[in-house]
Amino acid sequence: MTSRSDRRVRVVVAKPGLDGHDVGAKVVVRALMEAGFEVIYTGLRQPPEAVARIALEEDVDVIALSSMAGSHVPFCQKLKPLLEQAGLSGKLWVIGGNLPKQDHDTLRALGFSGIFPTGSKFSDIVTFIRENVR
Amino acid sequence: MNERPKSAPKPELKPVVNESGIEIKPLYTAEDVEQNGGFGFLGKPGEYPFVRGIHPLMYRHRPFTMRQYTGFGNPVQTNQRFKYLIANGQTGLNVAFDLPTQIGLDSDDPLAYGEVGRVGMAVDSLRDFEIAFEGIDLDRITVSLTINGAAPQLIAMFLAMGEKRGYDAKQLRGTAQNDILKEFIGRGTWIYPVQPSIRLVGDTIEFCAKEAPKYSPVSVCGYHIRESGANPVQEMAYAFCIAKAYADDVLKRGLSIDEFAGRLSFNFNIFGNIFEQVAKFRAARGLWAKIMKEQYGAKEPGSMWMRMIAGGGGGGLTFEQPEVNIVRGAYYALISALSGAQTMALCCFDEAYTIPSEYAQRVSLRTMQLLTDEMGLADTVDPLAGSYYVETLTNQMRRKMEQTMAEVDSQGGIVKLVAEGAVQSQVSAQAYAMQKDIESGKFRKVGVNRYRVKDEEEREVQMHPYSEADTQMQIDSLNRIRGERDNVRVTAALARLAADARAERNVMPAIMDAVKAYASVGEITRELAGVYGRYQEPIRF
Repeated sequence: MTSRSDRRVRVVVAKPGLDGHDVGAKVVVRALMEAGFEVIYTGLRQPPEAVARIALEEDVDVIALSSMAGSHVPFCQKLKPLLEQAGLSGKLWVIGGNLPKQDHDTLRALGFSGIFPTGSKFSDIVTFIRENVR
Repeated sequence: MNERPKSAPKPELKPVVNESGIEIKPLYTAEDVEQNGGFGFLGKPGEYPFVRGIHPLMYRHRPFTMRQYTGFGNPVQTNQRFKYLIANGQTGLNVAFDLPTQIGLDSDDPLAYGEVGRVGMAVDSLRDFEIAFEGIDLDRITVSLTINGAAPQLIAMFLAMGEKRGYDAKQLRGTAQNDILKEFIGRGTWIYPVQPSIRLVGDTIEFCAKEAPKYSPVSVCGYHIRESGANPVQEMAYAFCIAKAYADDVLKRGLSIDEFAGRLSFNFNIFGNIFEQVAKFRAARGLWAKIMKEQYGAKEPGSMWMRMIAGGGGGGLTFEQPEVNIVRGAYYALISALSGAQTMALCCFDEAYTIPSEYAQRVSLRTMQLLTDEMGLADTVDPLAGSYYVETLTNQMRRKMEQTMAEVDSQGGIVKLVAEGAVQSQVSAQAYAMQKDIESGKFRKVGVNRYRVKDEEEREVQMHPYSEADTQMQIDSLNRIRGERDNVRVTAALARLAADARAERNVMPAIMDAVKAYASVGEITRELAGVYGRYQEPIRF
């Protein structure tokens, strides 16, 4: 049997809501793969229920959202209880994209410990995941 | 004593290659022009092949239209911003719609939660168009609608609104973006599968050619393909392949090329190296004319014109040191003016953060006004013509565009490549390579990988407020319309729409009837999706 520590870190990269700007999500997918993670990319227009379902089905260690169109707070407010109900509270939740500083505390309070606004580097994201994944 | 030895070796020059893969020399002479095709494909402005511009006098006759991308919240708020910009000298409107509108959802759809009015104006019915354009003279101010998946409904709403206000549809000018193929590559506001989506674009072109012949139903966008990672050559080449796909669909319906090609327009990006961009536009203008004339047999000069908005530049602007974006924007605007654009728009300096403030919009508008009013950019046609460098590059860029288009065709054509997700993968791989080059400093970005300042993240940008009350106002208004309208008429119009879609008739007349009866964006989308199905995105990255 493979122990938890033997397997590669699994990350789901999701595009929440209706936003179609996927350049950032796709380049992060490539960067995470190059860093040795296993990555599941959801494609566009995932409602909160779909993100929670895919995260559960894919047995991921990290749930990563990429949001560019400003609806990150209402989306994460809906996603949080769904992830908790699915027993995914212990996973690492991260979010990147167009995330104004004024929203960072709200996002952290919603359980997103990794916040990567526009301008973040691949290496920062990779290091954060390596150091914080359980 | 610091004397250099007489036989000092020449300094080693690091090779410079532009984004399109062309090696740039330190010096160009007449010989370079000759070796790369000479001046033979240049012509005069206003004459085939239109490299120097589509009109003989260009901005001396009429300066480029200034058309900032604007829209947020509900139509009442957006109408106020429109009037502010017009009062500040803006000469056209470019409407931003929220995401629910763009993908055909009503404001009260559960999937629209948290998104109504956020990145653009919410539109549910014709009533919203009546409010948004209230008090705006549509003869004087032309309107561009940045709408794609839901373009049939919104074009219909614009024409219906115009008719209600007493304008003759035959005289009404304006533009819809309505380029669905690029939405599958970047931007992502697709609704239906690829084939019926192209068919709908064809329906709008055919309908407008007959009913609203001065309206431009499509603005084919290299812009977003470039934003998604394409280089400048690919930006133009892919856009032309897409434009040809739409033209082919319309030709199959029995129209001649000259009946509709004159109303096709384009939307391109302006960030990057100044000379590469100017050469890109000049090269593309000649190439499009050549394609229309030689491949499509167009006779009318207007059918050969690459009319364009050259603007935006968002991909070049930075989150870091946002005030520097004002300067970048000024250089981008210069590119657009040097390139003979018909219309210009600029992304605002605060746009990496927020919906632009009035202040930021005004700065962008003033940037464009400086060019025409102070800097002499409206005085002389195609001022860089004859430059050894620019003419050499123009010829080189045109050949590269032709090569790229031939590659697309040899791989089965743009429709197939988009449907499979192949173009998406290609540009995404390039976006990743570019991001790595930016992170490593190989591709220089001022304020990003050099000349950074401390406390980079502390920036004073006025954030656009988002209000739940405005969303509720929009939903209340929609519900009021549903109660007040003649629902028997709506039901009949929607039934006719579904029947026409199933029978593969042009759906635009039925959509016109439906919007005049105040059917909603979402209701019309549901009818069409019931016939066409919905697009399933190939998950590629």
